Amino acid sequence: MARATSTRRKALTTLAAWTVALVIFFPVLWMILTSFKTEVSAVASPPELLGASWTVENYAEVWQRSDYPRFFWNSVVISIGSTLLGLAIAIPAAWSMAFVPGRKTKDLLMWMLSTKMMPAVGVLIPMYLLFQRLGLFDTKIGLVLALMLMNLPIIVWMLYTYFKEIPGEILEAARMDGAALWNEILYVLTPMALPGIASTLLLNVILAWNEAFWTITLTTTKAAPLSAFIASFSAPQGLFYAKLSAASTMAIAPILILGWFSQKQLVRGLTFGAVK
Amino acid sequence: MGKITLKQVNKSFGEVAVIPGIDLTIENGEFVVFVGPSGCGKSTLLRLIAGLEDTSSGTIEIDGRDATALPPAKRGLAMVFQSYALYPHMSVRKNIAFPLKMAGLPVAEQEKRVANAARILNLTSYLDRRPGQLSGGQRQRVAIGRAIVREPAAFLFDEPLSNLDAALRVSMRQEITELHQALKTTMIYVTHDQVEAMTMADKIVVLNAGNIEQVGSPLELYHRPANVFVAGFIGSPKMNLIGGAEAAKVGVATIGIRPEHIDVAADGPWQGVVGLAEHLGSDTFLKVEVEGVGTLTVRATGGVTLRHGDRVGLAPQMEKLHRFGADGKAIA
Repeated sequence: MARATSTRRKALTTLAAWTVALVIFFPVLWMILTSFKTEVSAVASPPELLGASWTVENYAEVWQRSDYPRFFWNSVVISIGSTLLGLAIAIPAAWSMAFVPGRKTKDLLMWMLSTKMMPAVGVLIPMYLLFQRLGLFDTKIGLVLALMLMNLPIIVWMLYTYFKEIPGEILEAARMDGAALWNEILYVLTPMALPGIASTLLLNVILAWNEAFWTITLTTTKAAPLSAFIASFSAPQGLFYAKLSAASTMAIAPILILGWFSQKQLVRGLTFGAVK
Repeated sequence: MGKITLKQVNKSFGEVAVIPGIDLTIENGEFVVFVGPSGCGKSTLLRLIAGLEDTSSGTIEIDGRDATALPPAKRGLAMVFQSYALYPHMSVRKNIAFPLKMAGLPVAEQEKRVANAARILNLTSYLDRRPGQLSGGQRQRVAIGRAIVREPAAFLFDEPLSNLDAALRVSMRQEITELHQALKTTMIYVTHDQVEAMTMADKIVVLNAGNIEQVGSPLELYHRPANVFVAGFIGSPKMNLIGGAEAAKVGVATIGIRPEHIDVAADGPWQGVVGLAEHLGSDTFLKVEVEGVGTLTVRATGGVTLRHGDRVGLAPQMEKLHRFGADGKAIA
């Protein structure tokens, strides 16, 4: 009897999970399907789930009309660059917070995290002016710095959580073994926290890749990543849903593939420390 | 060389003085055991010597050199932790070689020393395994190996056998003692287990609430405890401590008599009822409720057949009686 209840409950939970997943994924699925329809089929009423005829023309046209590789490359440099720079700063910061905490460490962490709650538009004007004055406007290095600073609180917080799981005695053993601080971090802490660091890296690459507000605001053409690429299509091609969908699919495809293959690592990273 | 001298070493956490101020000299080559109940400050004292904690005041000298402000790596000491603290991502070989790598030794020299340590500790066939693939005893040996290769001035052991089962603890105890005899290097060993302290130490330091209660050889502490605390702590089963009228008869505040120094004798001065009888074969431990005295533990021979509820007479060996004043200190 208990087994029957358990099986039924499991089936219901699975069904609920699939329903929620489908609802969340449906807009993306709709966009991908639309990208293969003709413009007429894309705006048909009532809407067609699958178009009458399939075409890859939209992709060909988007590719011809835009400089997709440049936008793609900018996205790669900005997302990976900002994440690596963030990690380089966050690893020592999280180390000190986890292993030599002061009385205000927790407060500091909370404050850092609270900056993520602030609406980005609140610092739009100062950021814009700063970028212009410092010659960082529409440069990849400018965006690397901006996105690194935006995501630094999350990187520090995540690493802090992973580092707290590492027994302090192991680092003390390294100290007794003659390891200087840098060696302790390089040879002991980092390899032990590697799964956590990998999760942090992946999540932040995704966050940086998806960032649209700052990348659109602080670029024009040279450093514009794929988020700006979609935005540039939405105005002139606003009514051409199939082409817009193709452009959007091209923009999200790399990160979607990365996310798909690393989903185990990502989920593990996000639930780390939650279950012993 | 490995002479360690503590001069008025004090450690406070805020207002709380964990170690109020300790003076202690550990001679080169000695096996010294810090023993005391949980929270007595023995591990803190060891960590102060290691440099893992900063002293609040006082000085720590290692071989005559002031090491108080030196970082752990510069003190020339090696430590074995209770949790082994092995690097889980490294093989046994790399774990043992790590301190040598940090010291910048040539690879050939590293390999030589690792092989030597592995031979001493019977780890040769495990060198390419990860710590996760080893048993508790093997892990502890790797931790010791990592300490040995550095050829330190002194070894510091922080309750290294606590995580092992009883049988393994006994054999590792012997291994560490033999290691000390072979290396003749100073060893400081922290434990709350007074059997470990008695069997391994050249010198025992009994700590209580951050203070040294007594320093001496195991037999000195057993035969001549300086105060009631040491009398009660050293020896297994514990010494019987009796106050009140019975102590007043000999003109002191407390008398102490070890369980093995009470004879079962029908006409003995103490008459009581057996509450518990533990027959171990070689010995019999009795808990006897004695009228006007209290519960006494008695260590009798294995042949004693007394059981719960039996009446029994007890006779203390008066020449083995310990006398303590009102201040708890021993009276000669």
